[in-house]
Amino acid sequence: MTINKNTKIRRASELEISRLETIILHIFFILFSISMLYPVFLAVGISFSDQNSIIEHGYRIIPVKWSLEGYKLAFKSGEILNAYKITILSTVIGTVLSVLIQMLYAYPLSRKSFKGRKFFTFYAYFVSLFSGGMVPWYIVCTKLLHLGNSFWALVLPSIFGFFNVVILRTFIKSNVPDEMIEAARIDGCSEMGIFWKMVMPLSKAGMATIGLFAMLNYWNNYYLPMMLIHDKSLFNLQYYLQIIFLNIEELAKYGNADAADIPREVTRFAMCVITMGPIILVYPFFQKYFVKGMVVGSVKG
Amino acid sequence: MSKIRRFTDFLLNDGAMFLMVMPGAILVLLFNYFPIGGIVLAFKNYAPVKGVWGSDWVGLKNFKAFFSTPDAWLITRNTIMYSVYFIVVGTILAVALALLLNELKKGFVSKVYQTIGLLPHFLSYVIIAYLVYAFLGGEYGIMNRTVLPLFGIEPISWYSEAKYWPFILTFVANWKEVGFSSVIYLAAIAGINIEYYEAARVDGASRWQQMKYVTLPCLRSIITIKLIMSVGGILGSDLGLFYNVPMNSGPLFPTTNVLSTYMFRGMSKVGFTTAAGVYCSVVGFILTILANAVVRKIDYDSALF
Repeated sequence: MTINKNTKIRRASELEISRLETIILHIFFILFSISMLYPVFLAVGISFSDQNSIIEHGYRIIPVKWSLEGYKLAFKSGEILNAYKITILSTVIGTVLSVLIQMLYAYPLSRKSFKGRKFFTFYAYFVSLFSGGMVPWYIVCTKLLHLGNSFWALVLPSIFGFFNVVILRTFIKSNVPDEMIEAARIDGCSEMGIFWKMVMPLSKAGMATIGLFAMLNYWNNYYLPMMLIHDKSLFNLQYYLQIIFLNIEELAKYGNADAADIPREVTRFAMCVITMGPIILVYPFFQKYFVKGMVVGSVKG
Repeated sequence: MSKIRRFTDFLLNDGAMFLMVMPGAILVLLFNYFPIGGIVLAFKNYAPVKGVWGSDWVGLKNFKAFFSTPDAWLITRNTIMYSVYFIVVGTILAVALALLLNELKKGFVSKVYQTIGLLPHFLSYVIIAYLVYAFLGGEYGIMNRTVLPLFGIEPISWYSEAKYWPFILTFVANWKEVGFSSVIYLAAIAGINIEYYEAARVDGASRWQQMKYVTLPCLRSIITIKLIMSVGGILGSDLGLFYNVPMNSGPLFPTTNVLSTYMFRGMSKVGFTTAAGVYCSVVGFILTILANAVVRKIDYDSALF
């Protein structure tokens, strides 16, 4: 896909459209928005419901009887707080390492003078075309790297992605002019110096994009713990949520009461809301970076 | 220039750049190339005590075992069926949404719609599995408790009736991604030269005709390219979608078991499952190469390599 920046870019919608058509269009988009939001608000509604009113009336988006019981039980065991801690830790560490390591990889690939440019591009690209599959990956992680049941299992395997490197490379190419780098070199600046003092500061927006990709990826990560973690103290939120979803009995230990009295449904949805809450609150402010990154990534750099 | 001088020069310049790519290169080596080497497991009878290299060679036995199970055919069929559903339905919906978004007056309201449309993209399939459960859950779900009684239909036990799931999963996958995939088409529409529209208007074209004769033809090449490219991923299937959303429910396997879930559930049979993975990777690789060759013929610049 090519977007020609020099042509007059004006959206077709600046041409007029009839009143009736506008109204129909808005009705469509309001319905569309409801279909996107309803499931999320439904989960919130369930999480604030009283368990008995759910048994009586079924799930309701506006609770028939409000209750905070679900949240109280969710936080009763320290496990969810620990899962929160693991999620935040792995997200922060993973995001920082992702941005740094991928920047370090992308910058040389953006330089024509780098002799390994072709090789290292292909090297990273090839594995996006061909993989060894799930089982050999698992064996390498557990038997060779001993990542099974360790915190680093939640971080290391998903640091590097070719798609991100391409976005960064494209970004550096268009934001750090070759002449500037040449000038710095003539002034006696080393490559490392150029990277830290020029390339990094000039690529802030690109790094923000990749950083947000990484953040979302780590926050929503259930795959790595599902494959590599068995120790409860290392469960992150997503995996914890998956476990209680797939093994209902898991919840039984939450109350001392009879199994039947435990507000299972409510507690589960409270945990779901606790997990997706932060993402939903912040994504409207960050979505434009995702959109930009996606568009840049689909244009071949 | 002395040798030492040349060496320090190398270290400060190309050498420094080689050092920079190293952390990434090592990660790719460990997490991507080593597992590719691990493909030898498909030709071995893996015994943990003997290790990967010490295990006995068994030739093509694992492949024969895999292809002689009825599962091989069933899960391949399921995987391809879902990929085709997702690609076809997904493209139609994303293009339609982009066309409609483009008809809106640019401003705060259209931004709000667009932002809301992106919401599900930011949720994981674990979360989405909960949201789906809120609708389909047997006892209290919206479908059985509120919607079906309206039509006088008996409650359906969704998590044990396989026949509904091709529709449910296609719906869920598209619900999640339609907003995000429309972004790419919207960007392409924004890049269309306004003069085409002006010319069309001079000729008296209505909005509908402009959409049909200007916007859509301009999108044709990107749609074609994206369609062909997606052929390479036809044997790929999102584990999160196919494992979590149907709650890993056994009675649903006939319509929800795909290559990724099959491999995940069979991980303990190392050689056998590695063989299934190799089959998946090799076919995917060949399809990607072929798709790319086709794209290169159509539009050289859009090809990946």
